[in-house]
Amino acid sequence: MDFALNDEQRLLQHSVERLFADRYPFDARKRYTQEPGGWSREVWRQYAELGLLGLPFAEQHGGIGGGAVETMIVMEQIGRALALEPYLATVVLAGGLLQLGGDKKLQAEILPKIAGGALTVGFAHTERQARYDLAEVVATARRDGAGFVLDGAKSLVLQGDSAKKFIVSARLSGQHNDQVGLGLFVVDAGAAGVTIRGYGTVDGQRAAEIQLSGVRVEAGAAIGEPGNAYPLIERVADQAMAALCAEAVGAMAAMQETTVDYMKTRKQFGLTIGSFQALQHRAAEMVVALEQARSMAMLATMMAATDDARERRQAISAAKVQIGRSGRSIGQAAIQIHGGIGMTMEAKVGHYFKRVTMIDTMFGDADYHLGLIAAGGGLISAA
Amino acid sequence: MDLRFTPEETAFRDEVRLFMKEKLPATIRTKLIEGHRLGKDDLVTWQRILNARGWAVPHWPKEWGGTGWSAVQMYLFRDEMQQAPAPEPLPFGTNMLGPVLIAFGNEAQKKRFLPRIANLDDWWCQGFSEPGAGSDLASLKTSAKRANGHYIVNGQKTWTTLAQFADWIFCLVRTDSAAKKQEGISFLLIDMKSPGITVRPIQTIDGGHEVNEVFFDDVKVPAENLVGEENKGWNYAKFLLGNERTGIARVGASKARIRRLKELAALEQAGGKPLIADERFRAKIAAAEVELKALEMTELRVVAARARSNKPDPASSILKIKGSEIQQLITELLLEVVGPYALPDQTPHNESDRWNEPPVGPEWAGPLAPQYFNYRKTTIYGGSNEIQKNIICKAILGL
Ligand SMILES: Cc1cc2nc3c(=O)[nH]c(=O)nc-3n(C[C@H](O)[C@H](O)[C@H](O)COP(=O)(O)OP(=O)(O)OC[C@H]3O[C@@H](n4cnc5c(N)ncnc54)[C@H](O)[C@@H]3O)c2cc1C
Repeated sequence: MDFALNDEQRLLQHSVERLFADRYPFDARKRYTQEPGGWSREVWRQYAELGLLGLPFAEQHGGIGGGAVETMIVMEQIGRALALEPYLATVVLAGGLLQLGGDKKLQAEILPKIAGGALTVGFAHTERQARYDLAEVVATARRDGAGFVLDGAKSLVLQGDSAKKFIVSARLSGQHNDQVGLGLFVVDAGAAGVTIRGYGTVDGQRAAEIQLSGVRVEAGAAIGEPGNAYPLIERVADQAMAALCAEAVGAMAAMQETTVDYMKTRKQFGLTIGSFQALQHRAAEMVVALEQARSMAMLATMMAATDDARERRQAISAAKVQIGRSGRSIGQAAIQIHGGIGMTMEAKVGHYFKRVTMIDTMFGDADYHLGLIAAGGGLISAA
Repeated sequence: MDLRFTPEETAFRDEVRLFMKEKLPATIRTKLIEGHRLGKDDLVTWQRILNARGWAVPHWPKEWGGTGWSAVQMYLFRDEMQQAPAPEPLPFGTNMLGPVLIAFGNEAQKKRFLPRIANLDDWWCQGFSEPGAGSDLASLKTSAKRANGHYIVNGQKTWTTLAQFADWIFCLVRTDSAAKKQEGISFLLIDMKSPGITVRPIQTIDGGHEVNEVFFDDVKVPAENLVGEENKGWNYAKFLLGNERTGIARVGASKARIRRLKELAALEQAGGKPLIADERFRAKIAAAEVELKALEMTELRVVAARARSNKPDPASSILKIKGSEIQQLITELLLEVVGPYALPDQTPHNESDRWNEPPVGPEWAGPLAPQYFNYRKTTIYGGSNEIQKNIICKAILGL
């Protein structure tokens, strides 16, 4: 057993840290939110130069063949920097789906472009009625000659208004929430019949609603076997949750540190507020919650590649529960200890709080995953 | 011990309820139910409706427009108003300054300001906190120097709620920098149109604009705007803060939010059935209701005790702590109902009004995440919950 990073991983961590230290001061972030799509093309190029955009891909696709640990390293720093770029959407979700299920041709066509920084891709999966059920898809894919015609509405597509391609889930057969009958298709954002409505999100990022009306795709646009894509979706969601857990840990660690710094400088009643034991204990609780979350983010990372779906899902759900709970308590404590300052847009701490709150609502909140764990018999098998 | 209200009290409750039903404008009520921000007009409109009925400032003495209600009637009135849900009157004039002027102001000040407060002709804001003086309010630095029948005010206030609409601000200012910090403070009324005042907005994490910084640069204030005696302002401030905490439990408002919570949980589908049908979620709501019921009973005990004595009760700290925690808990549950649709930012980022684009997800989703963020304030302002716990330790426990 070993929880330490190896030399190469430490090197990666340092270079990502340096990138964000240089490029992501808080006021720069504010500027990036105003750029088209709400993130920085310039910084994205540097992600590419450092090899981050091909991190999990094979060398032949411009990647370095990294695993979940490498993704965790990058996501944790993204969380600390509150970085806005579509790493989760493009590299983890879209890249992940292509890696897991794309044929050689699709992989060779798309992955190098992602790795090089030329292409961002959105995962157009969630639908209005789905809430947290990954199988809940009513958008349809109808076979038409050798290709398919897609119809339906996709919602909450992360960074969807700047993506040039989407991976769209659609139903070939079955009821609205059947796991069987789903397909995944690569669609150009500019294809006839695609309408995109972008909007800001409460955590300062962007997302989009996507309408598909008679959108034609070739047979070669399918990822995995049309009708049997659900296991791919579930797997990539697990990888994305592991990545989000790492991002949340980065944000929580930053909140915890910022709060302790503030406690050491803010004075009331002639003393630093850090000298009040009530606040000291609250800060200590933040550390406990953070370390519990960090442990579970590591568990999620190490389990994300496990083939046993049941074991993997239970571990990922457990991590998501812990991250949701720790995020809430750390975020609330951080604001409280900052007092009025914590309530303002000017202070970074509130932005972390909002991001962590939104991470909880992605791919199922703490309560939802708690339900899954309980329904699955818990983590400890009965005697 | 008897939990029942008297027949007179019950009749009074019915009368208030009917008034709310008949007189509260539907647009205002809808905004409150849906969680949209109220504009200045909404508050002014409602205050004048109350004033027309003689209920604008029920807690004031009768000669200044009070109703002479008992503590129980006051409680029932507030509870019905919050449950309606109707806006609570802007507190700065009615709950804060008004009672201070009644207790410590001179006749001219009372005549000049009290009727205009009751009708919300003057919008008041509270200039207490400063960047360096929050919990430790007595360390405030804004100075007022007396010269030729005026005070010259310099310094900065912050977190000033709704100062962007204000005609007047009541301020704590330092008039004696040599004295012990509580003893050199005075209570001054300042016209917001005075030259030298600058108001700068502070945007809160929910994207709203409800607080401001207020800067004073050689602002000339007539000496007649001093309340009570010079350097006695701290006493008046303590009196004011004692009043600020009455009604802070906001039990009626939390009841209205729990109704909204149940309504939305019945609309939102989760796993093929309404979320409200989920046993676990229902249990969470029930737990909040139990907490709220306990708070209501505690508040009633405080009310009943106040009917007998009249002294401010350190138990009001209990109401503040629990009341704010329950309000926050309900915003968390609402956030859970909205689930993935907490994400889109669908609130206007400036003044009071509505988002004009078609909704993303359910049309009720927009205000709920911002409200969760915004309600973190309830454990910070009005004396933070840590400060309330310090009060309990000192005043109740003798620690
Ligand atoms: C939305 C909002 C509206 C407001 N409106 C107004 C207004 O209209 N007018 C006005 O004058 N003010 C207003 N305030 C200011 C409010 O009263 C102050 O924010 C509050 O008193 C806390 O002060 P602070 O923000 O400086 O925090 P600080 O006093 O710096 O407190 C920071 C943290 O330290 C804790 N702390 C401080 N002292 C102690 C102690 N002795 N023991 C343990 N913990 C301690 C606090 O509880 C808090 O967690 C408003 C604030 C907010 C957030």
